[in-house]
Amino acid sequence: MAEIADNGGGGHDKGGKKRPKKGSTRIDMTPMVDLGFLLLTFFVMTTTFSKPKVMSLVYPPKTEEPIENPPKVNNGITFLLTKDKIYYYTGQFYGPGNKEGKPLTQLEETSFGPDGVRKLLAGLNSYVISNKKGLDQKYNAKSIDEKKYKDMLSKLQTDREALKVLIKTDDKATCENFVNLIDELEIAQVGVIAPVDLIVAELDLMKAKK
Amino acid sequence: MPKIKVPKHSPSIDMTPMVDLAFLLVTFFMLAAIPRVDSPVEVTTPASTSEKIIPENNLTVTIDKGGRVFMDISHSDARMELIESIEGEYKLKLTEKQKLEFTKMSSFGCSIAELPKYLDMESTERKKFETKGIPADSATGQLRNWINFGNLAALNTGRTKFEEAVMKGKNPIKSDFEPKYVLRVDGKAVYIHAQNVINTFRDLNLNNLNFITSAEKAPK
Repeated sequence: MAEIADNGGGGHDKGGKKRPKKGSTRIDMTPMVDLGFLLLTFFVMTTTFSKPKVMSLVYPPKTEEPIENPPKVNNGITFLLTKDKIYYYTGQFYGPGNKEGKPLTQLEETSFGPDGVRKLLAGLNSYVISNKKGLDQKYNAKSIDEKKYKDMLSKLQTDREALKVLIKTDDKATCENFVNLIDELEIAQVGVIAPVDLIVAELDLMKAKK
Repeated sequence: MPKIKVPKHSPSIDMTPMVDLAFLLVTFFMLAAIPRVDSPVEVTTPASTSEKIIPENNLTVTIDKGGRVFMDISHSDARMELIESIEGEYKLKLTEKQKLEFTKMSSFGCSIAELPKYLDMESTERKKFETKGIPADSATGQLRNWINFGNLAALNTGRTKFEEAVMKGKNPIKSDFEPKYVLRVDGKAVYIHAQNVINTFRDLNLNNLNFITSAEKAPK
Protein backbone atom coordinates (compact mmCIF):
# COMPACT_ATOMS: atom_id res chain seq x y z
CA MET A 1 0.00 0.00 0.00
CA ALA A 2 2.31 2.60 1.21
CA GLU A 3 5.22 2.49 -1.00
CA ILE A 4 8.11 4.74 -0.76
CA ALA A 5 9.85 4.99 -4.01
CA ASP A 6 13.41 4.60 -3.00
CA ASN A 7 15.07 4.25 -6.31
CA GLY A 8 17.36 6.93 -7.37
CA GLY A 9 17.73 9.69 -4.91
CA GLY A 10 20.80 8.90 -2.89
CA GLY A 11 23.55 6.44 -3.73
CA HIS A 12 24.78 8.10 -6.87
CA ASP A 13 28.34 8.16 -7.90
CA LYS A 14 30.24 11.17 -6.78
CA GLY A 15 30.83 12.65 -10.09
CA GLY A 16 27.31 12.01 -11.37
CA LYS A 17 24.81 14.66 -12.15
CA LYS A 18 22.71 15.59 -9.21
CA ARG A 19 19.11 14.97 -10.02
CA PRO A 20 16.25 16.21 -8.00
CA LYS A 21 14.57 13.48 -6.02
CA LYS A 22 11.68 12.07 -7.90
CA GLY A 23 8.73 11.91 -5.57
CA SER A 24 6.31 9.10 -6.11
CA THR A 25 3.07 10.24 -7.68
CA ARG A 26 1.18 7.95 -5.41
CA ILE A 27 -0.09 9.25 -2.12
CA ASP A 28 -0.72 6.97 0.77
CA MET A 29 -4.45 7.08 1.11
CA THR A 30 -4.84 4.83 4.13
CA PRO A 31 -5.42 7.59 6.71
CA MET A 32 -7.92 9.25 4.46
CA VAL A 33 -9.83 6.01 4.01
CA ASP A 34 -9.73 5.47 7.75
CA LEU A 35 -11.17 8.88 8.38
CA GLY A 36 -13.75 8.44 5.64
CA PHE A 37 -15.06 5.24 7.08
CA LEU A 38 -14.98 6.57 10.60
CA LEU A 39 -17.24 9.43 9.55
CA LEU A 40 -19.39 7.08 7.54
CA THR A 41 -19.93 4.83 10.54
CA PHE A 42 -20.72 7.82 12.72
CA PHE A 43 -23.35 9.18 10.38
CA VAL A 44 -24.90 5.80 9.70
CA MET A 45 -25.29 5.27 13.41
CA THR A 46 -26.72 8.67 14.25
CA THR A 47 -29.03 9.23 11.32
CA THR A 48 -32.68 8.85 12.12
CA PHE A 49 -34.58 8.70 8.92
CA SER A 50 -38.02 8.33 10.24
CA LYS A 51 -39.69 11.40 11.56
CA PRO A 52 -41.80 10.73 14.60
CA LYS A 53 -45.20 9.32 13.89
CA VAL A 54 -48.35 10.86 15.20
CA MET A 55 -51.73 9.49 16.03
CA SER A 56 -54.58 11.87 15.40
CA LEU A 57 -57.54 12.17 17.71
CA VAL A 58 -60.40 14.59 17.23
CA TYR A 59 -62.17 15.69 20.36
CA PRO A 60 -65.75 16.85 20.28
CA PRO A 61 -66.00 20.63 20.66
CA LYS A 62 -66.84 21.82 24.14
CA THR A 63 -70.38 23.02 24.49
CA GLU A 64 -71.56 25.66 26.89
CA GLU A 65 -74.49 23.77 28.34
CA PRO A 66 -74.24 20.10 29.14
CA ILE A 67 -76.51 17.98 27.01
CA GLU A 68 -79.38 16.94 29.22
CA ASN A 69 -80.54 13.89 27.42
CA PRO A 70 -77.62 12.23 25.71
CA PRO A 71 -78.85 10.55 22.55
CA LYS A 72 -79.32 6.81 22.81
CA VAL A 73 -76.27 5.10 21.41
CA ASN A 74 -76.70 1.96 19.44
CA ASN A 75 -73.85 -0.53 19.74
CA GLY A 76 -71.76 1.41 22.22
CA ILE A 77 -68.99 0.29 24.51
CA THR A 78 -67.42 2.12 27.41
CA PHE A 79 -63.85 1.52 28.48
CA LEU A 80 -62.75 2.41 31.96
CA LEU A 81 -59.03 2.82 32.44
CA THR A 82 -57.25 2.64 35.72
CA LYS A 83 -53.63 2.15 36.73
CA ASP A 84 -52.86 -1.08 34.88
CA LYS A 85 -56.28 -2.54 34.19
CA ILE A 86 -58.97 -1.93 31.63
CA TYR A 87 -62.60 -2.59 32.30
CA TYR A 88 -65.45 -2.29 29.91
CA TYR A 89 -69.18 -2.62 29.66
CA THR A 90 -71.40 -2.55 26.61
CA GLY A 91 -74.48 -0.48 26.03
CA GLN A 92 -75.91 2.04 28.45
CA PHE A 93 -74.94 2.31 32.08
CA TYR A 94 -77.51 1.14 34.56
CA GLY A 95 -76.75 2.09 38.13
CA PRO A 96 -78.63 1.03 41.21
CA GLY A 97 -82.24 2.20 41.18
CA ASN A 98 -82.39 3.08 37.48
CA LYS A 99 -85.74 4.08 36.07
CA GLU A 100 -85.89 1.40 33.42
CA GLY A 101 -85.54 -1.32 35.98
CA LYS A 102 -82.68 -2.93 34.05
CA PRO A 103 -80.18 -5.22 35.75
CA LEU A 104 -77.11 -3.44 37.07
CA THR A 105 -74.18 -2.94 34.75
CA GLN A 106 -71.34 -5.30 35.44
CA LEU A 107 -67.77 -4.46 34.55
CA GLU A 108 -65.68 -6.92 32.60
CA GLU A 109 -61.92 -6.92 32.75
CA THR A 110 -59.79 -7.18 29.64
CA SER A 111 -56.17 -6.68 28.62
CA PHE A 112 -53.97 -5.62 25.72
CA GLY A 113 -52.99 -9.25 25.13
CA PRO A 114 -53.83 -11.13 21.94
CA ASP A 115 -57.15 -12.34 23.31
CA GLY A 116 -58.02 -9.05 24.90
CA VAL A 117 -59.22 -5.79 23.47
CA ARG A 118 -58.37 -6.55 19.87
CA LYS A 119 -60.51 -9.66 19.70
CA LEU A 120 -63.30 -7.98 21.58
CA LEU A 121 -63.34 -4.97 19.27
CA ALA A 122 -63.06 -7.05 16.14
CA GLY A 123 -66.16 -8.96 17.25
CA LEU A 124 -68.18 -5.90 18.17
CA ASN A 125 -67.21 -3.88 15.14
CA SER A 126 -67.46 -6.73 12.61
CA TYR A 127 -70.09 -4.78 10.69
CA VAL A 128 -67.63 -2.02 9.81
CA ILE A 129 -64.66 -4.32 9.32
CA SER A 130 -66.44 -6.61 6.89
CA ASN A 131 -67.93 -3.70 4.95
CA LYS A 132 -64.56 -2.01 4.79
CA LYS A 133 -63.14 -5.09 3.10
CA GLY A 134 -65.64 -4.66 0.30
CA LEU A 135 -64.72 -0.98 0.03
CA ASP A 136 -61.01 -1.81 -0.05
CA GLN A 137 -61.58 -4.21 -2.89
CA LYS A 138 -63.46 -1.60 -4.87
CA TYR A 139 -60.73 0.94 -4.18
CA ASN A 140 -57.98 -1.45 -5.19
CA ALA A 141 -59.83 -2.33 -8.36
CA LYS A 142 -59.97 1.45 -9.01
CA SER A 143 -63.75 1.49 -9.39
CA ILE A 144 -63.91 4.31 -6.82
CA ASP A 145 -61.43 7.14 -6.35
CA GLU A 146 -59.68 8.13 -3.13
CA LYS A 147 -62.08 10.90 -2.18
CA LYS A 148 -65.11 8.72 -2.58
CA TYR A 149 -63.38 5.93 -0.68
CA LYS A 150 -62.68 8.22 2.26
CA ASP A 151 -66.21 9.59 2.21
CA MET A 152 -67.71 6.15 2.20
CA LEU A 153 -65.37 4.96 4.92
CA SER A 154 -66.26 7.79 7.26
CA LYS A 155 -69.93 7.27 6.51
CA LEU A 156 -69.53 3.61 7.34
CA GLN A 157 -67.73 4.34 10.58
CA THR A 158 -70.47 6.65 11.79
CA ASP A 159 -73.21 4.29 10.68
CA ARG A 160 -75.88 3.22 13.14
CA GLU A 161 -74.49 -0.28 13.27
CA ALA A 162 -70.89 0.83 13.76
CA LEU A 163 -69.29 0.62 17.17
CA LYS A 164 -69.06 3.80 19.23
CA VAL A 165 -66.58 4.00 22.03
CA LEU A 166 -66.48 6.05 25.19
CA ILE A 167 -63.24 6.22 27.15
CA LYS A 168 -63.23 7.15 30.78
CA THR A 169 -60.15 7.38 32.91
CA ASP A 170 -59.64 7.60 36.64
CA ASP A 171 -56.86 9.56 38.31
CA LYS A 172 -54.36 6.70 38.18
CA ALA A 173 -54.61 5.79 34.50
CA THR A 174 -51.42 6.17 32.49
CA CYS A 175 -51.05 7.83 29.13
CA GLU A 176 -49.57 4.64 27.75
CA ASN A 177 -52.77 2.70 28.29
CA PHE A 178 -54.78 5.53 26.84
CA VAL A 179 -52.68 5.72 23.70
CA ASN A 180 -52.63 1.94 23.36
CA LEU A 181 -56.39 1.81 23.61
CA ILE A 182 -56.81 4.52 20.97
CA ASP A 183 -54.45 2.54 18.79
CA GLU A 184 -56.50 -0.62 19.23
CA LEU A 185 -59.60 1.34 18.30
CA GLU A 186 -57.92 2.55 15.17
CA ILE A 187 -56.94 -0.99 14.24
CA ALA A 188 -60.54 -2.04 14.73
CA GLN A 189 -61.71 0.83 12.45
CA VAL A 190 -63.71 2.54 15.13
CA GLY A 191 -64.69 5.99 13.90
CA VAL A 192 -66.46 7.43 16.90
CA ILE A 193 -64.23 7.83 19.93
CA ALA A 194 -65.12 10.09 22.80
CA PRO A 195 -63.00 10.58 25.91
CA VAL A 196 -65.41 11.62 28.63
CA ASP A 197 -65.42 12.05 32.39
CA LEU A 198 -66.18 9.30 34.84
CA ILE A 199 -69.40 9.29 36.77
CA VAL A 200 -69.44 8.40 40.45
CA ALA A 201 -71.37 5.16 40.05
CA GLU A 202 -68.75 3.86 37.63
CA LEU A 203 -65.94 4.79 39.95
CA ASP A 204 -67.62 2.84 42.72
CA LEU A 205 -67.95 -0.19 40.48
CA MET A 206 -64.25 0.03 39.61
CA LYS A 207 -63.28 0.26 43.24
CA ALA A 208 -65.43 -2.75 44.04
CA LYS A 209 -63.59 -4.73 41.35
CA LYS A 210 -60.18 -4.26 42.91
CA MET B 1 12.39 -27.79 -16.83
CA PRO B 2 12.02 -24.07 -16.84
CA LYS B 3 10.48 -22.50 -13.88
CA ILE B 4 6.99 -21.11 -14.34
CA LYS B 5 7.21 -17.44 -13.73
CA VAL B 6 4.50 -16.07 -11.61
CA PRO B 7 3.97 -12.49 -12.68
CA LYS B 8 4.75 -10.25 -9.79
CA HIS B 9 1.82 -8.09 -8.84
CA SER B 10 2.26 -4.98 -6.94
CA PRO B 11 0.88 -5.46 -3.44
CA SER B 12 -0.72 -2.08 -3.48
CA ILE B 13 -4.35 -1.72 -4.51
CA ASP B 14 -5.77 1.35 -6.05
CA MET B 15 -8.02 2.67 -3.35
CA THR B 16 -9.41 5.64 -5.18
CA PRO B 17 -12.81 4.10 -6.03
CA MET B 18 -13.23 2.93 -2.47
CA VAL B 19 -12.45 6.36 -1.11
CA ASP B 20 -14.84 7.88 -3.61
CA LEU B 21 -17.57 5.60 -2.48
CA ALA B 22 -16.89 6.14 1.20
CA PHE B 23 -17.03 9.89 0.89
CA LEU B 24 -20.10 9.73 -1.28
CA LEU B 25 -21.85 7.80 1.46
CA VAL B 26 -20.55 10.17 4.12
CA THR B 27 -21.94 13.12 2.21
CA PHE B 28 -25.25 11.38 1.73
CA PHE B 29 -25.70 10.51 5.37
CA MET B 30 -24.57 13.94 6.45
CA LEU B 31 -27.19 15.62 4.33
CA ALA B 32 -29.89 13.12 5.13
CA ALA B 33 -29.36 13.32 8.86
CA ILE B 34 -31.96 15.25 10.77
CA PRO B 35 -30.18 17.08 13.54
CA ARG B 36 -31.51 15.73 16.77
CA VAL B 37 -33.09 18.45 18.82
CA ASP B 38 -31.70 18.78 22.25
CA SER B 39 -34.76 18.57 24.40
CA PRO B 40 -34.63 19.50 28.07
CA VAL B 41 -36.82 16.54 28.96
CA GLU B 42 -36.58 12.84 28.36
CA VAL B 43 -39.83 11.39 27.14
CA THR B 44 -40.57 7.82 26.17
CA THR B 45 -43.62 7.89 23.98
CA PRO B 46 -45.97 4.92 23.82
CA ALA B 47 -46.07 2.85 20.63
CA SER B 48 -48.81 2.84 18.05
CA THR B 49 -49.38 1.50 14.56
CA SER B 50 -50.16 4.91 13.12
CA GLU B 51 -48.25 5.83 10.00
CA LYS B 52 -48.99 9.52 9.93
CA ILE B 53 -45.85 11.63 9.92
CA ILE B 54 -45.51 14.60 12.23
CA PRO B 55 -46.78 17.72 10.46
CA GLU B 56 -44.40 20.47 9.38
CA ASN B 57 -45.95 23.41 11.17
CA ASN B 58 -46.67 22.26 14.66
CA LEU B 59 -47.21 23.38 18.19
CA THR B 60 -45.97 20.66 20.49
CA VAL B 61 -46.74 20.29 24.15
CA THR B 62 -44.56 17.81 26.00
CA ILE B 63 -45.67 16.17 29.21
CA ASP B 64 -42.99 14.26 31.07
CA LYS B 65 -43.23 11.44 33.58
CA GLY B 66 -43.82 13.76 36.47
CA GLY B 67 -46.49 15.72 34.65
CA ARG B 68 -44.37 18.78 33.90
CA VAL B 69 -45.45 20.67 30.83
CA PHE B 70 -43.11 21.98 28.12
CA MET B 71 -43.93 23.68 24.87
CA ASP B 72 -42.33 23.98 21.46
CA ILE B 73 -43.17 25.66 18.17
CA SER B 74 -41.58 24.53 14.94
CA HIS B 75 -40.87 27.80 13.10
CA SER B 76 -38.50 30.41 14.47
CA ASP B 77 -40.56 33.27 13.01
CA ALA B 78 -43.52 32.07 15.02
CA ARG B 79 -41.35 31.86 18.11
CA MET B 80 -40.34 35.50 17.77
CA GLU B 81 -43.95 36.52 17.46
CA LEU B 82 -44.91 34.35 20.43
CA ILE B 83 -42.27 35.76 22.76
CA GLU B 84 -43.26 39.28 21.79
CA SER B 85 -46.94 38.59 22.51
CA ILE B 86 -46.02 37.03 25.84
CA GLU B 87 -43.78 39.99 26.64
CA GLY B 88 -46.65 42.35 25.93
CA GLU B 89 -49.18 40.27 27.84
CA TYR B 90 -47.13 40.01 31.02
CA LYS B 91 -45.37 43.38 30.65
CA LEU B 92 -41.93 41.79 30.74
CA LYS B 93 -38.81 43.67 29.78
CA LEU B 94 -36.83 41.27 27.64
CA THR B 95 -33.69 42.23 25.79
CA GLU B 96 -33.23 41.52 22.08
CA LYS B 97 -30.64 38.94 23.00
CA GLN B 98 -33.06 37.07 25.22
CA LYS B 99 -35.69 37.07 22.52
CA LEU B 100 -33.22 35.80 19.99
CA GLU B 101 -32.21 33.08 22.41
CA PHE B 102 -35.86 32.09 22.65
CA THR B 103 -36.10 31.53 18.91
CA LYS B 104 -33.14 29.17 19.02
CA MET B 105 -34.31 27.04 21.92
CA SER B 106 -35.97 23.68 21.66
CA SER B 107 -38.91 23.04 23.94
CA PHE B 108 -39.06 25.23 26.98
CA GLY B 109 -40.84 24.99 30.27
CA CYS B 110 -40.84 27.53 33.04
CA SER B 111 -43.20 29.96 34.64
CA ILE B 112 -43.38 33.56 33.45
CA ALA B 113 -41.50 34.73 36.55
CA GLU B 114 -38.59 32.43 35.74
CA LEU B 115 -38.56 33.28 32.05
CA PRO B 116 -35.88 36.05 31.91
CA LYS B 117 -33.53 33.95 34.04
CA TYR B 118 -34.27 30.89 31.96
CA LEU B 119 -33.44 32.74 28.75
CA ASP B 120 -30.08 33.91 30.10
CA MET B 121 -28.87 30.38 30.75
CA GLU B 122 -26.69 28.24 28.56
CA SER B 123 -28.44 25.20 27.13
CA THR B 124 -26.43 22.87 29.38
CA GLU B 125 -27.45 24.86 32.44
CA ARG B 126 -31.02 24.79 31.27
CA LYS B 127 -31.01 21.03 31.28
CA LYS B 128 -30.04 20.97 34.93
CA PHE B 129 -32.41 23.76 35.85
CA GLU B 130 -35.01 22.53 38.31
CA THR B 131 -38.22 23.71 36.78
CA LYS B 132 -41.79 22.78 37.38
CA GLY B 133 -42.62 23.30 33.72
CA ILE B 134 -45.21 25.72 32.46
CA PRO B 135 -47.93 26.06 35.10
CA ALA B 136 -50.83 24.20 33.54
CA ASP B 137 -53.54 25.02 36.04
CA SER B 138 -56.38 27.21 34.88
CA ALA B 139 -55.91 29.60 37.83
CA THR B 140 -52.75 31.20 36.43
CA GLY B 141 -53.79 30.55 32.85
CA GLN B 142 -50.16 30.61 31.73
CA LEU B 143 -50.34 27.50 29.58
CA ARG B 144 -53.53 28.79 28.04
CA ASN B 145 -51.79 32.02 27.07
CA TRP B 146 -48.75 30.22 25.71
CA ILE B 147 -50.94 27.99 23.57
CA ASN B 148 -53.22 30.78 22.47
CA PHE B 149 -50.42 33.14 21.42
CA GLY B 150 -48.42 30.26 20.02
CA ASN B 151 -51.37 29.25 17.91
CA LEU B 152 -51.86 32.78 16.59
CA ALA B 153 -48.16 33.08 15.79
CA ALA B 154 -48.10 29.71 14.07
CA LEU B 155 -51.21 30.61 12.09
CA ASN B 156 -49.55 33.80 10.84
CA THR B 157 -46.36 32.00 9.89
CA GLY B 158 -48.37 29.33 8.15
CA ARG B 159 -50.23 31.97 6.19
CA THR B 160 -47.03 33.72 5.08
CA LYS B 161 -45.50 30.41 4.05
CA PHE B 162 -48.64 29.56 2.12
CA GLU B 163 -48.59 32.90 0.32
CA GLU B 164 -44.91 32.45 -0.48
CA ALA B 165 -45.68 29.08 -1.98
CA VAL B 166 -48.48 30.59 -4.06
CA MET B 167 -46.16 33.35 -5.25
CA LYS B 168 -43.68 30.75 -6.40
CA GLY B 169 -46.40 29.36 -8.61
CA LYS B 170 -46.82 26.12 -6.76
CA ASN B 171 -50.18 24.66 -6.03
CA PRO B 172 -50.11 24.29 -2.27
CA ILE B 173 -52.82 22.79 -0.11
CA LYS B 174 -53.78 25.33 2.48
CA SER B 175 -54.36 22.86 5.28
CA ASP B 176 -50.72 21.70 5.02
CA PHE B 177 -49.61 25.10 6.26
CA GLU B 178 -52.01 25.44 9.14
CA PRO B 179 -50.58 24.67 12.55
CA LYS B 180 -51.25 21.26 14.00
CA TYR B 181 -51.36 20.57 17.70
CA VAL B 182 -49.14 17.80 18.89
CA LEU B 183 -48.91 16.15 22.29
CA ARG B 184 -45.76 14.32 23.29
CA VAL B 185 -46.65 12.44 26.42
CA ASP B 186 -44.53 10.05 28.38
CA GLY B 187 -46.10 6.61 28.55
CA LYS B 188 -45.75 6.53 32.32
CA ALA B 189 -47.32 9.92 32.89
CA VAL B 190 -50.65 9.87 34.62
CA TYR B 191 -53.42 10.57 32.16
CA ILE B 192 -54.88 13.30 34.32
CA HIS B 193 -51.92 15.57 33.51
CA ALA B 194 -52.49 15.03 29.81
CA GLN B 195 -56.19 15.59 30.29
CA ASN B 196 -55.44 18.93 31.87
CA VAL B 197 -53.48 20.02 28.80
CA ILE B 198 -56.09 18.55 26.45
CA ASN B 199 -58.77 20.52 28.23
CA THR B 200 -56.73 23.69 27.81
CA PHE B 201 -56.59 23.00 24.08
CA ARG B 202 -60.30 22.29 23.99
CA ASP B 203 -61.09 25.47 25.88
CA LEU B 204 -59.41 27.32 23.04
CA ASN B 205 -61.52 25.32 20.62
CA LEU B 206 -58.54 23.42 19.25
CA ASN B 207 -60.01 19.96 19.07
CA ASN B 208 -57.84 18.07 16.63
CA LEU B 209 -54.89 16.78 18.62
CA ASN B 210 -52.09 14.46 17.59
CA PHE B 211 -50.20 12.15 19.90
CA ILE B 212 -46.59 11.45 19.07
CA THR B 213 -45.98 7.74 19.20
CA SER B 214 -43.11 5.48 18.37
CA ALA B 215 -43.75 3.16 15.47
CA GLU B 216 -45.01 -0.35 15.97
CA LYS B 217 -45.81 -2.94 13.36
CA ALA B 218 -49.42 -3.13 12.36
CA PRO B 219 -51.08 -6.51 12.71
CA LYS B 220 -52.04 -8.34 9.55
